Amino acid sequence: MAFEGLADRLQGTIKKITGKGKVTEADVKEMTREVRLALLEADVNYKVVKDLIKRIKERAVGQEVMESLTPGQQVIKVVKEELTELMGGEQSKIAVANKPPTVIMMVGLQGAGKTTTTGKLANHLRKKFNRNPLLVAADVYRPAAIDQLETLGEQLEMPVYSKGTDANPVDIANEAIAKAKEEHHDYVLIDTAGRLHIDEDLMGELTQIKEDTSPDEIFLVVDSMTGQDAVTVADSFDDQLDISGVVLTKLDGDTRGGAALSIRAVTGKPIKFAGMGEKLDQLEAFHPDRMASRILGMGDVFSLIEKAETEVDEKKAKEMQSKMRSMSFTFEDFLEQMEQVKSMGPLDELIDMMPGANKMKGMKNLQVDDKQLTHIEAIIQSMTKTERVDPSVINASRKKRIAKGSGTSVAQVNRLLKQFEEMKKMMKQMTNQKKGKKGGMNLPFM
Amino acid sequence: MSFFKKLKDKVNKQTDQVTDKFKDGLTKTRDSFTTKVNDLVAKYRKVDEEFFEELEEILISADVGVETVMELIEELEMEVKRRNIQDTEEVKEVISEKLVEIYYGDDDEETVEALNIQKDGLSVILIVGVNGVGKTTTIGKLAHQLKQEGKSVVLAAGDTFRAGAIDQLDVWGERAGVDVIKHNEGSDPAAVIYDGIQAARSRGADVLLCDTAGRLQNKVNLMKELSKVRKVIEREIPEAPHETLLVLDATTGQNAISQAKTFKEATDVSGIVLTKLDGTARGGIVLAIRNEMNIPVKYVGLGEQITDLQPFNAHQLVYGLFGDLMTRVEQEEK
Repeated sequence: MAFEGLADRLQGTIKKITGKGKVTEADVKEMTREVRLALLEADVNYKVVKDLIKRIKERAVGQEVMESLTPGQQVIKVVKEELTELMGGEQSKIAVANKPPTVIMMVGLQGAGKTTTTGKLANHLRKKFNRNPLLVAADVYRPAAIDQLETLGEQLEMPVYSKGTDANPVDIANEAIAKAKEEHHDYVLIDTAGRLHIDEDLMGELTQIKEDTSPDEIFLVVDSMTGQDAVTVADSFDDQLDISGVVLTKLDGDTRGGAALSIRAVTGKPIKFAGMGEKLDQLEAFHPDRMASRILGMGDVFSLIEKAETEVDEKKAKEMQSKMRSMSFTFEDFLEQMEQVKSMGPLDELIDMMPGANKMKGMKNLQVDDKQLTHIEAIIQSMTKTERVDPSVINASRKKRIAKGSGTSVAQVNRLLKQFEEMKKMMKQMTNQKKGKKGGMNLPFM
Repeated sequence: MSFFKKLKDKVNKQTDQVTDKFKDGLTKTRDSFTTKVNDLVAKYRKVDEEFFEELEEILISADVGVETVMELIEELEMEVKRRNIQDTEEVKEVISEKLVEIYYGDDDEETVEALNIQKDGLSVILIVGVNGVGKTTTIGKLAHQLKQEGKSVVLAAGDTFRAGAIDQLDVWGERAGVDVIKHNEGSDPAAVIYDGIQAARSRGADVLLCDTAGRLQNKVNLMKELSKVRKVIEREIPEAPHETLLVLDATTGQNAISQAKTFKEATDVSGIVLTKLDGTARGGIVLAIRNEMNIPVKYVGLGEQITDLQPFNAHQLVYGLFGDLMTRVEQEEK
């Protein structure tokens, strides 16, 4: 499989080790080999991988892993720590100039998503900080790039400065800043044309814009799907322009995004934002630790645990577990659980965070609809107390009443009843399996 | 006859101009790749484990893909043993031989890259891909090229989602001197394509190029929309689309495999256009895609000019990678 996560990869080795009682250096070597492959498959640059593996090996061969009871998990922990450290802390601040306007330059290769990101960033500045940005269309090369920014400006109801395709981008930038001062815009976002880092003429143009406008931020926009070449590109742009930060786009795709790690390792510049969709409000602060998990294909289990910890009452969760075991789980409990899960956020996001979820049978194409949850809730709420505790009393006329009360159909009620029975069966099986095994996830909905 | 010679003969059969353009476009790729291989060969006199480990890194750095690299290295190791090769110089030839072999597999080398254009009647070509790979630009270049070949071409502006996409295709239509069928932004892409087919038919056009909006392959609904577009085309012309080309950005890493898989499921991709190969990216992922999924590359994009789209040929790619090496080998032979 092409997209195995680290945990899956390590399974085999871990199995061999468990029961051996002692981890040999050969075991560690085998494990680091798997780590190496996992990182390479995630598109982390091979040089960066090499350095990382060296450090991980040192730590792993040392006391830390050897003495640990669960060496496999320990290795994952070490890897994740190294990765998180390399990624640095969260930094989504945007500079503010002493004398407005604050100038931000957007640069990058063709097709990375500069124009869209420019629109998103402007939206972010207005929404979060109540700023009044001016968008500048300095991409005079790509056909209709100016139209694109102008359309985004219309959607956002924000002014766009453009001079057509015959003007010089350097002049456009200079004149836009003069205009921004006149009209009291506090931010100027310059959308430049996509270019190759090896195109000397076009890179010279960027240097010129930089010299003339002395921007407070230069954001390199990078496609998160970029492969090994990300290092060359980022290094080259940073070399010539001294970028201040990176925006990673298209992270709503299924790429593991190892490029993020490579860029960070090579340039040392922070990744500030992540593009999470095509809509103008889908720009998020970048979370280095979550990215580390994603690169390892571990799912965002840390965010999930974090969410579960804050949202779920531990005592209640324990109660629920014993109920599941004893099969006294009722629709009442089901409703309560749903409330808890719902308070953690949209369901499909939760599933995305679950490690291995995308590999689970049927899960991959599962489209979780929060609306369905609302229907289920309505159905349960239309049941009487007796019915919730003992669904077996629900006969045809009761079903009709429930369907009417919840605005659903008898078929939907039937489906829920059937699902509930199956779920109870599954729980029984699961709890039986788990007996004797330590660990496992103590999440309330499992 | 040595493999290099065979390769050179094959490449020479194609016009010099094309080969030059290809070579120029690939300068960056070739420079870094050959330098690396040469350094490697100079560094190791003997073919040993370390040699292969470093070779593995060179291939991985070209985005060839972990799995394909592992396979390749394994085969190389066997081949080296079989032929009893000790000298690293000789390995170079085996490497390029294996690369071409991986690429073609059992397919007929001559036909695999040709575009399926009907002699009579309308040929429909559907262009798909993720965001920002260069679909619209590719259509502009392809339209120009087909027109140069004497075909009459119509474009359908099926990207009704991204701001400015229709205008962008319009500009390319003007440059290539072909008609563009379009609706308003936000309208149904399948309807645009349907109109495109009708317009192309009534004009007696040879080729209809259909643009579509970029979409990430994990967006299920958007992929369904694409299947629908394909169905609309099929309903109008049963054997169409005659080609469904997936546009891939050469800078893309391992995710390109996932793109190829999902797009193939949704639209039965028949070929790949590899864009932005004029940068430092090596686009080695096409080897993995060919190896794992058997989708051939049909064109490569080597720049922003309208003439910068070239038919792909694995021999040329490998020749581009090893061209300098070959001249040296020849000189030595003399």
